[in-house]
Amino acid sequence: MVTQAYAQEAAAPAEEHVEAPATDAVHADPTADTHATTEAHAGEDHGSGVFPPFDPATFPSQLLWLAITFGALYLLMSRVALPRIGGILANRKAIIDADLAAADASRQKTDAAIAAYEAALAAAKSKAQGIANESREAIQADLAAKRSAVEADLTAKVTAAEARISATKAEALTHVDEIATETAQTVVTQLVGDVSADSVRAAVAKAKE
Amino acid sequence: MAGTDPIHQFVIQDIFKLFTLGGDGTEGSGTTFAFTNSSLFMVATVAIISLYLILSTGSKSVIPGRAQLVSELMYEFVANMVRSAAGSAGMKFFPLVFSLFTFIFVANMLGMVPYFFTVTSHIIVTFALSMLVFLTVVIYGFVKNGPKFLKLFVPSGVPGYILPIVAPIEFISFMSRPISLSVRLFGNILAGHITLKVFTGFIVTMSSLGFLGILGSALPLIMAIALTGLEFLVGAVQAYVFAVLTCMYLNDAIHPSH
Repeated sequence: MVTQAYAQEAAAPAEEHVEAPATDAVHADPTADTHATTEAHAGEDHGSGVFPPFDPATFPSQLLWLAITFGALYLLMSRVALPRIGGILANRKAIIDADLAAADASRQKTDAAIAAYEAALAAAKSKAQGIANESREAIQADLAAKRSAVEADLTAKVTAAEARISATKAEALTHVDEIATETAQTVVTQLVGDVSADSVRAAVAKAKE
Repeated sequence: MAGTDPIHQFVIQDIFKLFTLGGDGTEGSGTTFAFTNSSLFMVATVAIISLYLILSTGSKSVIPGRAQLVSELMYEFVANMVRSAAGSAGMKFFPLVFSLFTFIFVANMLGMVPYFFTVTSHIIVTFALSMLVFLTVVIYGFVKNGPKFLKLFVPSGVPGYILPIVAPIEFISFMSRPISLSVRLFGNILAGHITLKVFTGFIVTMSSLGFLGILGSALPLIMAIALTGLEFLVGAVQAYVFAVLTCMYLNDAIHPSH
């Protein structure tokens, strides 16, 4: 079927070839050549004719359709398909970048929260330590005040007691002569008889020296 | 015989005629444009690429499905290729490189389907594509860099007395780029398809020779299977090579002093 179609197609130029030189002498030369080879090719069933890829008669149609189809492809690619795919890729990249940025921001927020927590913890610790120190100092001061008060009280009492003791002692010492006189008078009276109180007193004073 | 003719697959047939330019109105004069089987597969190639890329990315999901993922992978594959070879300044040519890569890739893959026409097996198509690249490089190179673009032919660090030798070599290698670029793609696809057809033709020919022939045809069958895999690889690699070289040539236009 394919061969038949080709033979029919080739048959037409063969007829044209007869008329061509008569009508247009200038133009006839190159076309006549082409048609002659096409004719030979058709006549011998592609055996020894022109090799199809080198057949110049097919060039205009091929170039025309290549220009149309490749031009259409270029326009479709540059205007529709490639911007669309590029847009999809750019969009995806933007989404991924935005997600990464969001994740980074979240991480920074977390870091900030951790830092704030640690700062608050440290502040609370130092505050607690401050309170503890303060109360301890207050207690110590209170204690020291109370102790010094008690000590002062005790010292005062001791001093008073000592004063009283020394007073008592001094008083007692003043009675010693009298007691000794009375005792000596009594003893002498028992032994010797009456003796004057004045002589006893003088004797006691003499004995004390 | 046409069934095993390895050249027949490259024949271009008119599906319908469009119009004739020039000539004198009689049939056969002037240049006739037609919608051919080649045109059909060019349209199919562009339709497949465009529909796939546009439909698969329709939902614009942030989390891509399989179809969308393939589109994204192709986008990033070509984008990385352009960026690594031509720098970020080359990204303005990204749609061109992407169109070239996908067009050649899908055309090559379509060509692997039996009875399908391979658009890139015709030198005029690959040459037109490589001239598009070449002219883009030359025009953009001169527009952007002015006369400095000619520094391309004067490699830095080369002593002055060697320059008369080096500069012409650089110039010739630059001018032969569209030829090497187009012939590489064309030659690979053409040779691969001919080889594949020849080996599959052997299977048919040997099988018609009787029992021993059928046994013997296992050898070309194995070859044909292996070659089919190889041709898929070649089709993909050639599309990649074309795109990478395009990026490197564009890099010359953007940064001419290398």
